[in-house]
Amino acid sequence: MAIDNRPLSPHLQVYKPQLTSVLSILHRITGVALAIGTLLLVWWLIAAASGPDYYDTAQRCIGSTIGRILLLGWTYALFYHLANGIRHLAWDSGRGFELNTAYLTGWLVIISSIVLTIVTWIAGYVVMGGS
Amino acid sequence: MNLQTPLGRARGLGSAKSGTKHWWAQRVTAIALIPLTIWFVVAMISATGNDYNNAQQFIGNPINAILFILLIVATFHHAQLGLQVVIEDYVHNKPMEIGLLIITKGTVIVLGLSSVFAVLSITFGVA
Repeated sequence: MAIDNRPLSPHLQVYKPQLTSVLSILHRITGVALAIGTLLLVWWLIAAASGPDYYDTAQRCIGSTIGRILLLGWTYALFYHLANGIRHLAWDSGRGFELNTAYLTGWLVIISSIVLTIVTWIAGYVVMGGS
Repeated sequence: MNLQTPLGRARGLGSAKSGTKHWWAQRVTAIALIPLTIWFVVAMISATGNDYNNAQQFIGNPINAILFILLIVATFHHAQLGLQVVIEDYVHNKPMEIGLLIITKGTVIVLGLSSVFAVLSITFGVA
């Protein structure tokens, strides 16, 4: 049927990336990443429920270099999705659609997600005594 | 303002036959996840580097256990709703789309229940 070959809009590739559009797709990407990242939480909880050996293995993997890199990415995705999610909830209530407001809140999301990630990791290292 | 005709409103619910239920559930779980996520981050910072016994105390503490369970339920419900939208938007092959929707729903149920069970078994000390 002709309907199957119908071109779908919008043709995103013809647009220059803008802050608003980049943040929009990042919301989806971080959402999917967080959904996959829940596996880490599930694994950690089950390991903690399975006994000291399982727990120590999980802690070692999460504390390894690769584990920490994943956890850092996950921390950022969490704060980004949280901050931009609040921005979305404001939009849902009909607020913040003016172009300059949308850009201002966009930058706020970027800055707050980076700052919160750094603060969280510094706090984590302080709790662990710097290791 | 309502642009629907009375007949349209009576038939209602749109092509997905679920009306605004999905949209609302996504927002309600999102709002619930704001305080739960803040608690989770603060709690996990305090639990960084815990050994096994401390982790048992931390997860098994009644308040933490309840908040963990609320977080797990809200997170997996929200994740399923979000993944559903992504799949519906990008997967244009109908059998594939339905298959992925069923798989994601099944997966969040398995992961969610497993996590809740893990928290409860630590709380009640059956591990």
